[in-house]
Amino acid sequence: MNLVYINSTNGLSKAALETVTYAKKLGGEVLVVTNGNASADTLSTLGAYGASGVLQDPSIDGQDPSQLVKLVAAAAQKANASTIVFSHDLVGKAVAPRLSVRLKAGLVAGAVALPEADGSIKVNVFSGKAFGFVRVNSSVRIISLLPNSIQPEQTSGSCSVEAFDGQAGTSSIVVKATKKPEGAIALPEAELVVSAGRGLKGPENWGMVEDLASALGAATACSRPVADIGWRPHHEHVGQTGVAIRPNLYIAAGISGAIQHLAGVNGSKVIVVINTDAEAPFFKAADYGIVGDAFEVLPRFTEAVKRFKAAQH
Amino acid sequence: MNILVCISKAPDTTSKIAFTNGNTQFDENGVQYIVNPYDEWYALVRALEIKEAQGGNVTIITVGSAADDAVIRKALAIGADEAVRIDAPATDAYYTAMQIAAYAKTKSFDLILTGKETIDYNGSQVGGMLAEALDLPYVAIATKLDVAGSTVSCQREILGGVQEVEVQAPVVISCAKGMAEQRIPNMRGIMAARTKPLTVVAPEALEALTSFSTYSMPAAKSSVKLIDPNNLDELVTLLHNEAKVI
Ligand SMILES: Cc1cc2nc3c(=O)[nH]c(=O)nc-3n(C[C@H](O)[C@H](O)[C@H](O)COP(=O)(O)OP(=O)(O)OC[C@H]3O[C@@H](n4cnc5c(N)ncnc54)[C@H](O)[C@@H]3O)c2cc1C
Ligand SMILES: Nc1ncnc2c1ncn2[C@@H]1O[C@H](COP(=O)(O)O)[C@@H](O)[C@H]1O
Repeated sequence: MNLVYINSTNGLSKAALETVTYAKKLGGEVLVVTNGNASADTLSTLGAYGASGVLQDPSIDGQDPSQLVKLVAAAAQKANASTIVFSHDLVGKAVAPRLSVRLKAGLVAGAVALPEADGSIKVNVFSGKAFGFVRVNSSVRIISLLPNSIQPEQTSGSCSVEAFDGQAGTSSIVVKATKKPEGAIALPEAELVVSAGRGLKGPENWGMVEDLASALGAATACSRPVADIGWRPHHEHVGQTGVAIRPNLYIAAGISGAIQHLAGVNGSKVIVVINTDAEAPFFKAADYGIVGDAFEVLPRFTEAVKRFKAAQH
Repeated sequence: MNILVCISKAPDTTSKIAFTNGNTQFDENGVQYIVNPYDEWYALVRALEIKEAQGGNVTIITVGSAADDAVIRKALAIGADEAVRIDAPATDAYYTAMQIAAYAKTKSFDLILTGKETIDYNGSQVGGMLAEALDLPYVAIATKLDVAGSTVSCQREILGGVQEVEVQAPVVISCAKGMAEQRIPNMRGIMAARTKPLTVVAPEALEALTSFSTYSMPAAKSSVKLIDPNNLDELVTLLHNEAKVI
């Protein structure tokens, strides 16, 4: 039996659908465990992705990973789970390692593919510069799936949703304030990302970056120096020391492509680079390149996207 | 505050990544090791700032072999008071965390800090594992850390934003950018580091739960397709028809 933990407090995220699809593709029955009070209607749609049932504990708000660990451990015992799947997102990173110790079950952190024929599972290592194949030596295994590694696959059907008591005790973490920028697309989940670097010369020029992002429906990102000098907020900084992302499309304007920057973005499926310097190292990692001035190219790119979108309707 | 900071070595970010022995081993030839940036810049420096403001002691701990002593001395030069090395290769995150937990159980630390992740294996695992083994609360990926008495206040990352949380010490925290600024060790620190205590502890008998069977390199990118900067419609068409990403 495969057990999947999903975070459903804000509805069903793409990451949640990916993990259920992944567990289905592992073979065997898939049971989902979740906390929070998403409606039964919403949760039952997981049946279309391969779940045969959902266990829900609405009493846990999910702020304390030690409560979620108890919940997932209780569900794993009930389901006699041999594989437990998480998303390798901020919740998964807090909970899956704790569960590994509690169950003495090996954790494959950041899986990017289904298991190989020999059972080993591919993960990113060296900040995306290489892959490693992890073998689990315990009878129960835990896999945390790197977001955007597989596409959710929907068929038809629904599944039962059952109330479940995770016996999770009380939270020892007190939440004082939560800040979420309105409307912005969360970078780690974004499928399209427009990013810019020091080549943009100053924060006043980011309008063109935001225009292209909004025409595409993309999130915005930046290189590290740009966040360090305060042109852009820190949460936009991608790379080795910032956020690692793997969108379908990464557009980089005025970024040189230093190895530490590439470490956070080289998992992107398609990379477009805009740079005045034809020798910029980023072109070596790019699929499409434009040798040109971002100040001219970005507005033209935005117009071209708008024309394309208009023609589609 | 009695603070334990978990320090890992990591290959210098410009190191060439290659594998040997039929792709089963990382090729250390010519690789320079540094202190894992998250451990040094954020966890260690913030621990030192807290100690400087409120008094206390900062111990660093590494699971590794004698070859790692050079990296441990670098962390001592930045200002930690003492170091512990558990004398065993860090075979996997579980093994590493359980070794550190066994040592931490013999002492009473108020704060146990790790980096957000190591930049070589990127698992983000050791902190959570330690917290479970020690039955302590865990604040993952904290970007700010303040201590008043036994109340620990953190800012942590959540999906699409940040959150301010409070928790009572003792607690395990994994540390990320925003918590502190990098410190460059000075000559006095480097000299002092030579004589600071580095205790070598024998490992517990434990089995790792995971292992790497092989490694591979990503397929080389086919060379870049250059687009005329005056013909962005062509790029949009390619992104739609060829790359199928929009
Ligand atoms: C340990 C360590 C960790 C690091 N971690 C990160 C990280 O996580 N993320 C990160 O990004 N960096 C990181 N760095 C920094 C990294 O090495 C580079 O310094 C940084 O990525 C450079 O940022 P940039 O490309 O924006 O700026 P620059 O290197 O200054 O490049 C600017 C580019 O813009 C181009 N340009 C100029 N004008 C224009 C124009 N009008 N139109 C188009 N192009 C133009 C230039 O040709 C140049 O290529 C790290 C460094 C270290 C040592
Ligand atoms: N061998 C080690 N010795 C001591 N601490 C370690 C070791 N490996 C990892 N850590 C700590 O655990 C954190 C997370 O590592 P990881 O789980 O490998 O991403 C690191 O940032 C270190 O603080």
